Amino acid sequence: MSEEQIKSLEAQFEARIARDEKIEPKDWMPEKYRQTHIRQMSQHAHSEIIGMLPEGNWITRAPSLRRKVALLAKVQDEGGHGLYLYSATETLGITRDELFEQLHTGKAKYSSIFNYPALTWADMGAIGWLVDGAAIINQVALCGTSYGPYARAMVRICKEESFHQRQGYEILVTLTKGTPEQKEMAQDALNRFWWPSLMMFGPTDAESPHTAQSMKWKLKRKTNDELRQQFIDQTVPQAELIGLKVPDPDLKWNEDKKGYDFGEIDWDEFWQVVKGHGPCNKERMKARIAAHENGQWVRDAAMAHAEKQINKKINKAV
Amino acid sequence: MKATKKEWPLWEVFVRSKNGLEHRHFGSLHAADAEMALENARDVYTRRNEGVSIWVVESKNITASNPDHNGEMFEPAQDKVYRHPTFYDLPDEIKHM
Repeated sequence: MSEEQIKSLEAQFEARIARDEKIEPKDWMPEKYRQTHIRQMSQHAHSEIIGMLPEGNWITRAPSLRRKVALLAKVQDEGGHGLYLYSATETLGITRDELFEQLHTGKAKYSSIFNYPALTWADMGAIGWLVDGAAIINQVALCGTSYGPYARAMVRICKEESFHQRQGYEILVTLTKGTPEQKEMAQDALNRFWWPSLMMFGPTDAESPHTAQSMKWKLKRKTNDELRQQFIDQTVPQAELIGLKVPDPDLKWNEDKKGYDFGEIDWDEFWQVVKGHGPCNKERMKARIAAHENGQWVRDAAMAHAEKQINKKINKAV
Repeated sequence: MKATKKEWPLWEVFVRSKNGLEHRHFGSLHAADAEMALENARDVYTRRNEGVSIWVVESKNITASNPDHNGEMFEPAQDKVYRHPTFYDLPDEIKHM
């Protein structure tokens, strides 16, 4: 294709997105659109399955059967969400094995929040309430994204996600009504997860080089800072309601902007964790790779069995 | 990394939400064979009573039209307005037709 033809195809493509048309897998798309989507969608998929690890650790230690079935169902959902997203990413012409390899070699990233440890039962509450809460805000914005398979996966995920946040908040509600030690445990979880949750929305708009392009492709419908503000405004009253204090001395209602002003985020910490120096980066990757490698014989055996069944059928037919 | 192993093939999943409705495409998944594809589809796509019946078909068995040929494929229908009831002029007195 000549450069001119590509230019004209690109112009048509941008016009389709501007008209709110969806792009489907076999449609022509600019190579950069494909690559950007593979990067963001796979990062999203990886976050779902790495996100299973901190919570999975607590399933056997859940304090009641009610909590255990809820946590089990939530972690199973995350696995399901990972699968929706991997499948959607594969429609862009990359294989599951390649995606896993990118994750295992560190070429692909996942959300930094999962590199923080889940130290107490209250962390299950804080993760559901804050981490899933932040994820929902990001994901609702993505339901209208231009790439059809991604948008459809997002709609399904959003439907399932709200139970996650509610079960988390309920855990904290219960703890704050408990003994002073239990209340302190809830406060401690909020103290540790507040700032990393704010970082989930990514760098400030000024520091986010991809934002303009992503907005144009509707891969982002709102900027990082807008989403972060929305999260803070909706979450602070929820903390106050159960008597927890948001660990930010600069947090203050601003009547003019009808939102909260908040303190400076520690971006050095953010970049350290992104670059692999968070508290649990190594542990998470080790657990993930071990799970994948230890499961290899199962995948091979299933494949061998399937092939044997096919051969049996063929032999019978002869 | 080890040499690339054989990947489980890809399957497309269709779910009937309730009797009276058609099966609709829900998504895809990898499975070694049809039976496993059905079981995985149950776990991945119907955890909250979303279905009463599931079809799975190996993706490679689907033949899809090429969107680059949408012109010759679908445009011929555009100028055939006489296929629609509103094309026909009727006296105003006629009510139910």
